[in-house]
Amino acid sequence: MPSDLDLPTDGEWRMVESYLPVLVFIVMALGLGVLLMALGFILAPRNPDDEKLSPYECGFEAFEDSRMQFDVRYYLVAILFIIFDLEIAFLFPWAIVLEQIGLFGFGSMAVFVGLLLVGFLYEWKKGALEWE
Amino acid sequence: MAQLWELSLIMIQITALIIPVLLTVALMTVAERKIIGKMQLRQGPNRVGLNGWLQPIADVLKLIMKEAVLPSSASKGLFIVAPLLSIMPALAAWAVLPVAEGWVIADVNAGLLYVLAMASLGVYGVIVAGWASNSKYALLGAMRAGAQVVSYEIAMGFALVGVLMAAGSLNISAIVEAQAGPIWNWFWLPLLPLFLVYWISGVAETNRLPFDVAEGESEIVAGFHVEYSGIAFAIFFLAEYANMVLISGLAAIMFLGGWYSPVHGLPLIGPALAWVPGVIWFGLKTSFFLFCYIWFRGTFPRYRYDQIMRLGWKVLIPVTVVWLIVESVFVITGFGPWF
Repeated sequence: MPSDLDLPTDGEWRMVESYLPVLVFIVMALGLGVLLMALGFILAPRNPDDEKLSPYECGFEAFEDSRMQFDVRYYLVAILFIIFDLEIAFLFPWAIVLEQIGLFGFGSMAVFVGLLLVGFLYEWKKGALEWE
Repeated sequence: MAQLWELSLIMIQITALIIPVLLTVALMTVAERKIIGKMQLRQGPNRVGLNGWLQPIADVLKLIMKEAVLPSSASKGLFIVAPLLSIMPALAAWAVLPVAEGWVIADVNAGLLYVLAMASLGVYGVIVAGWASNSKYALLGAMRAGAQVVSYEIAMGFALVGVLMAAGSLNISAIVEAQAGPIWNWFWLPLLPLFLVYWISGVAETNRLPFDVAEGESEIVAGFHVEYSGIAFAIFFLAEYANMVLISGLAAIMFLGGWYSPVHGLPLIGPALAWVPGVIWFGLKTSFFLFCYIWFRGTFPRYRYDQIMRLGWKVLIPVTVVWLIVESVFVITGFGPWF
């Protein structure tokens, strides 16, 4: 038996409720994709053969496993992306209330972004951003 | 019963939004071919229907009737899920975009955050498709596309933080209302560097020319969707164009004042044009950006991959960071007419 305190308040409910159309939209967008796929698979002919189903490699037989090694720089980009994307997530609420928090808010974010920029510069000088 | 009625109302609203978006996508495909044709002194499609304008319908019908090959070495489940993963976010992001004053499916407080989340989800479709295909070209294309999209997403995110700072809200309707007024009140002018960065990143995010090395016909054939055919390919195609429409619509909302007319609030001419519904202005602004996509494709040579990454990391990100610092100083000191 939940106490009254656990139940969301009226305002909270209204906030959650305003997201219902978003959920319906996502389901409908997925549904449209599924519908199109189903339509294609029902209406289209299917007569597979070995050659048709082999992976495309400009007419050659596939040479080796296609899940081959790839450049480590893609990993570096991914890691840098995570750091910067997190930073953007932090900047979002900060940017909205900047006028209220004033200089103190600006200063603390400057320290945070400054640290990140030092890392970014290090990365840059190390050549992690070079693609040749 | 009341809930059921509410649900069906929501679904009707969503349908009323999705259908124009899909029609825009269809028109965009044929407009692109016609405009590129004219730019290259050709005719472009002019056979199907009225002067070729029914070409996209014919294309879709043809693609539905074509065999969708499921490669023997592919990871079957992921291979089928990937197109859905790429179409879903491209459409679902529209849930929070206001096409006119009050014409929005879900007027949520964290609207911009949701749009950014949906834009980030799009990259999953690409990576999953490339991986599941189990083909070298597809894998290479997916790695390139993934790295490019995430790189430009940072610049785009920073540019949107600038918009937030100027508008003081995450709610997209509130962001448009913060730009109320004639054309020089819209955010494109006070945030000009961010506007340019946003638009360049938008073009790169959708893997369009001049940043289309992910598809790079001359080297990796078609990139991540090389193994897809029939309807599965059509869905990727649809998603790409839906993403372009989304990025253009976002640009119109964030920087060109959404539903406001360019003379809004001016004496005499403002009231004279007040009868034009907001959705028309929004449509015109979105169409302008869509035309830019085609224009770029018709005029710019393709960038090399290292040039793309350099532009993203070494030019756009530093520019946005510097401009954000400048803007936050403006906001705190209350400088200028805009902040």
